[in-house]
Amino acid sequence: MNKIWLIIKREYLARVRKKSFLVLTILTPIFIIALMVVPALLARTGNAEKRIVVVDESKLFENRIPDGQNEHFIFNDQLPFDSLRTSYAEKGFTGLLHIPKMDNLNRLPNIVYYGEGQLNIMTKSSLESKINNVIEDLRMEKAGIDKSKLDDIRSNVDIISKTGKEEKEGSAEISLVIGYASGFIIYIILLLFGMMVMRGVMEEKMNRIAEVMVSSVKPFQLMMGKILGIGAVGLTQFIIWIGLIYGLAFLVPLFISPAELAAAQANSPNPSAGVAIAQQLQHIQLSANWPLITFCFVFYFLGGYIFYSSLFAAVGSLVNEDPNDAQGLTFPITLPIIIAILIMMKAVTDPNSSLAVWGSIIPFTSPVVMMARIPYGVPGTVTYWQLALSMGILVIGFLFTTWVAGRVYRTGILLYGKKVTWGEALKWIFRKN
Amino acid sequence: MNLLEISHLEKNYATKKAVDDISFSIPKGSIFGLLGPNGAGKTTLLRMITGIFYPDNGQILFDGQTFDPARDIADIGYMPEERGLYKKMKVAEQVLYLAQLKGMSSKDARLKMKYWFDKFQINSWSDKKVEELSKGMQQKVQFISTVMHEPKLLILDEPFSGLDPINSVLIQNEIFELAKKGITIIFSTHRMEQVEEICDHIVLVNNGKKILDGKVQQIKQDFKKHLFQIKLGLVPNPAQLATYHFTIIEQDGNSLIVKVNEDSQTNDILKHFINHDLQVTYFEEVLPTISEVFIEQVKITNDAA
Repeated sequence: MNKIWLIIKREYLARVRKKSFLVLTILTPIFIIALMVVPALLARTGNAEKRIVVVDESKLFENRIPDGQNEHFIFNDQLPFDSLRTSYAEKGFTGLLHIPKMDNLNRLPNIVYYGEGQLNIMTKSSLESKINNVIEDLRMEKAGIDKSKLDDIRSNVDIISKTGKEEKEGSAEISLVIGYASGFIIYIILLLFGMMVMRGVMEEKMNRIAEVMVSSVKPFQLMMGKILGIGAVGLTQFIIWIGLIYGLAFLVPLFISPAELAAAQANSPNPSAGVAIAQQLQHIQLSANWPLITFCFVFYFLGGYIFYSSLFAAVGSLVNEDPNDAQGLTFPITLPIIIAILIMMKAVTDPNSSLAVWGSIIPFTSPVVMMARIPYGVPGTVTYWQLALSMGILVIGFLFTTWVAGRVYRTGILLYGKKVTWGEALKWIFRKN
Repeated sequence: MNLLEISHLEKNYATKKAVDDISFSIPKGSIFGLLGPNGAGKTTLLRMITGIFYPDNGQILFDGQTFDPARDIADIGYMPEERGLYKKMKVAEQVLYLAQLKGMSSKDARLKMKYWFDKFQINSWSDKKVEELSKGMQQKVQFISTVMHEPKLLILDEPFSGLDPINSVLIQNEIFELAKKGITIIFSTHRMEQVEEICDHIVLVNNGKKILDGKVQQIKQDFKKHLFQIKLGLVPNPAQLATYHFTIIEQDGNSLIVKVNEDSQTNDILKHFINHDLQVTYFEEVLPTISEVFIEQVKITNDAA
């Protein structure tokens, strides 16, 4: 056992002391936060003070279009539209909004914005909605509907979800976000660190130090030392990330309001997850069952990692001089991981489907899929026996894959020259010492 | 007292018998050569001695007790033919790591490392990464990491490959010094000149079987062909060379290689030349080189198989 510890220490320190480790670990969460913050910042600076002169020929909108954060609407009825059309810039206006005469409330006017640059998307949509409101109010007035009565009629329902016997309150949107995020993170971890283990094993073969090592330690000890050492690196990296993300999550709102973040996200290429996160960050902290989610996350993170990294170690031991061999050999291992993420995408919206349930129990896919289901509630969506079965099978699973990998590894690392296929490797599993 | 006793060792692979009933003993403090053509089973044999492989049959006694890898590998140093170090690791760190894996305490390892680094004068390399060293330098570091934990048994498989003559002599001297201290050394190589220089005792294997086992000098005697090299004071005429005591194999002026008749003695030859008034300036038995014995024996066993 002492020897495994020595190996774990070496594997851990060799990776953690590299400059690239620090750089990657610290930059990645900063990068992710920046993806959300920078659009907001840009939106803000993009919104330099705008002074827009409005020519409202029907005089219906004056005082009914409130100024935005950086936009001032100045209504002008002195100068005719045609002269302003060419002179608004000289007069110091950023743009000119022309609302032609509306004779008939039922026919919408052709409203045109004249400006140096295109009308800012946010300004455009907010203007459109404001103008729509005015027109709707005017139409209602004309139809004799009292606006206040109308507001009383409007309804805004919010369905609350209460699951299980204890009728725990939950929010489907939040569960989706947490589930998706956790499942995705585990998926990335399995691929990333699994590949790291494989490369570590290949390193031993390429450096030709494998035989020297196994004259001092058993091959199984060497393999486990690598797996656990690299796992520790992953854990360290993960803890640093969580720390940084939380730290930044508290700092950022001091400079940028969540509303701006949400607005920026609405215009960015990936609106869905981003909007939910930005808006409900604090809401999430209160409503989800964090202790359970964290415990399960750590369990599936570790269990899934050991399950797959031992398989990656076995692959690494089969690769010879040509690293390109690795591609073909790795495929059977990465395939289930990719299938897991595909199942998860479905499971996250429909956690009770049989695809989701089975996906969360089979050890090849359970680390990713189960994490997508758990935020929906235990024992509500995920029953106790499902959870227990899934965890139990995962444990048996990684014990099995570690044993199998050990047998392939101990023969593979000493074999040079010959190109090995999976078929041959499987034979080694059953060969005696 | 034998450090290692191997009896009836067998190891089978799916397609062939790599080691087929091999037995021999290695006395303590000797330098023992393990020879054989490529594919003869040497590496498999060595891997069983180092505990990397388990024999299918047979027994290994290490220092009087049944070989127990968990306990005994701390007393064995192995430098395999396919050898290397972690390229990205620093030299000193690497050496300490390997020593600790052999069971040395961190403190002892540091002391011993200092001793060896001073001896080889490589202190300046301590903080360099292994990949920054030349091949010869890497081999020196590898050698140190093999012997640093003071093993009772040292196994060196082609230790001189890749070394220039200067470094070869350096390592060779180290091997002698270690043997003098009582360390037993198994030396596997194809370089027969070195076998003759270094080894006391050799075993020759081919096709998984042992075909020779004995002291170097004894083997040379066993396979001698009764050849002698003789130099005379002047070029003899053929009449002076006619005798039933020997036949001329080669002649180059006054230098002869003769094969002695089975019934004759060396003194008979000398008497012959004295009787013919020929001065003998040089007279030595030509023993076969181990290389010659190797080639001949391998051929014989291959033809028989």
